[in-house]
Amino acid sequence: MTILILIAVILGIMVLVKLMNIVQLSTQVSGYEETEDDQIKENNYAGIGLMLFMIIGLSLTVLMIVSYRPHLLPVAASEHGVGLDKLLNINWIVIGFVFFITQITLFYFAHKYRHTKGKVAYFYPMNHKLEIVWTAIPTIVLSILIVTGLQEWHKILMTEKKDAVNVQVYGYQFAWITRYSGKDNTLGKSNYKLITDENPLGLETSDPAMKDDVYTTGNEMHIPVGQEIKFQFNARDVIHSAYFPHFRAQMNLVPGMNTFFTFKPTITTEEMRKITKNDKFDYVLLCNKVCGVAHYTMKMTVVVDTPEDFKKWLRKQKKAREISSTPTVAENTTVNKEVTATL
Amino acid sequence: MEVKNTVTAEDVHHVEHHADEHHHESFWTKYIFSQDHKMIAKQYLTLAIVMAFIGMFMSIIFRLQLGFPDTKFGFFETLLGKWGKGGKLDPGFYLALVTIHGTIMVFFVLTAGLSGTFSNLLIPFQVGARDMASGFLNMLSFWFFFLSSVVMVWSVFIETGPAAGGWTVYPPLSALPQAMPGSGLGMSLWLLSMAFFIVQALMGGINYIVTVLNLRTKGMAMSRLPLTIWAFLITAILGLLTFPVLLAAVLLLIFDRSFGTSFYLSDIFIGGAPLPQTGGSPILYEHLFWFLGHPEVYIVLLPALGLTSEIISTMSRKPIFGYKAMVGSLCAIAFLSCIVWGHHMFVTGMNPFLGTVFTITTLMVAIPSAVKVFNYIATLWRANIQFSPAMCFAVGLVSLFISGGLTGIILGDSALDINVHDTYFVVAHFHVVMGAVAVFGMLAGVYHWFPRMFGRMMNKTLGYVHFWFTIVSVYGVFFPMHFVGLAGIPRRYYANSAYEGFDYFLSVNHLITIFAIIGGAAQFIFLFNFIYSIFKGKKATQNPWNSTTIEWTSPVGPGIHGNWAGPTPTVYRWPYDYSKPGAEKDFIPQTVPFSETKSSNLPGEE
Ligand code: HEM
Ligand SMILES: [Cu+2]
Ligand SMILES: [Cu+2]
Repeated sequence: MTILILIAVILGIMVLVKLMNIVQLSTQVSGYEETEDDQIKENNYAGIGLMLFMIIGLSLTVLMIVSYRPHLLPVAASEHGVGLDKLLNINWIVIGFVFFITQITLFYFAHKYRHTKGKVAYFYPMNHKLEIVWTAIPTIVLSILIVTGLQEWHKILMTEKKDAVNVQVYGYQFAWITRYSGKDNTLGKSNYKLITDENPLGLETSDPAMKDDVYTTGNEMHIPVGQEIKFQFNARDVIHSAYFPHFRAQMNLVPGMNTFFTFKPTITTEEMRKITKNDKFDYVLLCNKVCGVAHYTMKMTVVVDTPEDFKKWLRKQKKAREISSTPTVAENTTVNKEVTATL
Repeated sequence: MEVKNTVTAEDVHHVEHHADEHHHESFWTKYIFSQDHKMIAKQYLTLAIVMAFIGMFMSIIFRLQLGFPDTKFGFFETLLGKWGKGGKLDPGFYLALVTIHGTIMVFFVLTAGLSGTFSNLLIPFQVGARDMASGFLNMLSFWFFFLSSVVMVWSVFIETGPAAGGWTVYPPLSALPQAMPGSGLGMSLWLLSMAFFIVQALMGGINYIVTVLNLRTKGMAMSRLPLTIWAFLITAILGLLTFPVLLAAVLLLIFDRSFGTSFYLSDIFIGGAPLPQTGGSPILYEHLFWFLGHPEVYIVLLPALGLTSEIISTMSRKPIFGYKAMVGSLCAIAFLSCIVWGHHMFVTGMNPFLGTVFTITTLMVAIPSAVKVFNYIATLWRANIQFSPAMCFAVGLVSLFISGGLTGIILGDSALDINVHDTYFVVAHFHVVMGAVAVFGMLAGVYHWFPRMFGRMMNKTLGYVHFWFTIVSVYGVFFPMHFVGLAGIPRRYYANSAYEGFDYFLSVNHLITIFAIIGGAAQFIFLFNFIYSIFKGKKATQNPWNSTTIEWTSPVGPGIHGNWAGPTPTVYRWPYDYSKPGAEKDFIPQTVPFSETKSSNLPGEE
């Protein structure tokens, strides 16, 4: 390795010396005034170069789209994700169209209108009509994109979903715990001052709502297919972000706050393995807000089960009522504050 | 039309005074504690170039890690000591490098480097002033920049390493030394450095605004200002409105870290114990940070667009298309940029209704941006382009501005942002639209105004070689990166080993790293050309680009104190009379009265 570096440095120095020679050669004749022909030659090089750059660049763009597309995320595995992907594709079509048109025009003009013998520029300082047209068109197109985008946003985050099951996703440096609310569909209260090794979520044993709660102890969470799940996110130490790329879902975990995201998984892990033709495929939950040195390792496998399998799995999870009773929290501490949706 | 005469007896006195002073100028007052805008511009440029190489070097190191995660690089250990044990980059230090790279590039290179260099150089020259309104404040602002750079670079060498929570330094991560080593002393130094930086930005900004508003030469109405000056003016106003908010954010963070307050902290259990703080909100910090953070993007972008407008018009030998629309869209972009900060916070738990509002304002920014692009393209239409390295960079800038601006439509759409937020898609987007565009603007500016700074020309051949390597590697690095993001790969990851679905993109990461190394190496061509040309470049002529603006009427060479020997020039027309029908030459300088150009006057120009 060191030898390689040495070689690189020596090569670098040689290149610089060579460059120095070139520069000296061109400035030796420093009394020499550039003629119009020199400038025209220069224009040809630059103009043709830019044109070639555009053609090659746009071809590579197409090539990249074709070859990378199959390796991007598979079909959305949640109900809202399907709509989101459709929206994304509409946006890509508009963007792609504008991208190709403007890049082609830009480079083509730079090429075509380079100075050659006898060419003069056309004095054309403004044209109000044209300017109004090209202000109006983007305005209309963007309005459509805004409206369609906001409709999705409204559906995903601003509509209360009926029959959703409450599940908590809890993050800390550098792992996840998922808690299920049980029969009463209510997550028992918790308080960060009660956290111990035995009680990693700081649950309050005096709260009856926690009696039927269960939580994960391993690195895997399960959710039932076809069921709206209302995730409540909480963090113990710093901000994390729960990113479920396959479900097109993401929400930050903020200490001192409850945040929420609701989605309905539509494809079980088994089915997705068939769709992707990859029998090792797994959904994943990744941390997507830098949270410390081992941020890049903070992940959890997500398994989408049939409802029956899910129930079976749930029975094997750690039961909150097995936690030995905790002292009650002093009066002056805030308990599970509802500070969601602060501005 | 408002015509203002600001050349007073005092100015004349000023010149004489300077002429006296000239004789007892020592090395210190001339090169170090200079109050001359031309020298201060060069000081800013030099320091920015140094910082740019440091930032670039850091990016190459962490790109090596991303592109070749399984390779051991022996020189890491030599270079980084304990952070590179056994030839492997330490994961904590990876984050530290990313953080300092981002901070240096955004603030030290592109904010201070662009505004500091070109506002200082061009504002007095192009408005026809003898110097900045306050030379002393101007000098002070450079030295605060210097101090701030020293503190930032120094922080890299301390025992616990520099700040490592990302350039946005979100608390609680940045507030709690227990959370990561970089949140110890390194973070304190980062905050100190940024406080100095904000001071320099404010002092510089006040100076730029006052100079443009009050020290314009006779005849230089606002409507006759070159677009560069409009861009610098609006940038300075934007900075003045938003940097104080960052200072507030930084101060509150210092309080939380050092004095036990809880502005940003609540309900935290860390290092095996609960903290006493309650009632604070990390979201408050995010709001304060991005209130500057987003306009900051435009603080680096607008000067680059201003320089480009001037270069494209001059080298196309054609007036800029739609001068008024260009000024109008600058103002609209600046205004809108202050009310879109929430698009960085769609998935932070912010009220989703606010997300709706921020989506609307964000996508509206695309309208004035589109107008600017169309106007650039219209300026090239039926032009008579004289290529130069500066012109190539200007065309490259417009291309990058299109590419980067369009992906912003996806990120600005709250619904679509859910799945790409904080992935490499974001990294690709902002490097193109902010990083590359601003760097291209800066390089174009250096090539174009080098003769104004040093009285010599840069070598053109090397300039073109530099351009081609740079544009190919910029696209080579950042274009494929969009796909990495669309595959769901998060940013600020030391390695993408968490998920096997990401394995395919390792080959893409190889490619990106190779382009990054090529691009980085190419910058040495520029560095060489820059230094060589200062001493040995071809002597510049009075007006090398046949430009209309008045900086080219001041004596060639490094320039004289007070900029013009006699009275400052009088201005009679706008700066874009290129290829006017009926005129003798293809440009009419701003200093030529209409009475001398009867043959080319348009109706109403007498
Ligand atoms: C040699 C050229 C450059 C390369 C190869 C490069 C590469 C990178 C990479 C790979 C990251 C890490 C992304 C992540 O993990 O989140 C990054 C971060 C960043 N870069 Fe660059 N970059 C370059 C130049 C620039 C320039 C010119 C700017 C100026 C705007 C810039 C601004 C940033 C910022 C703001 C970050 C984010 C830091 C953070 O996440 O806290 N970079 N860069
Ligand atoms: Cu995390
Ligand atoms: Cu923004």
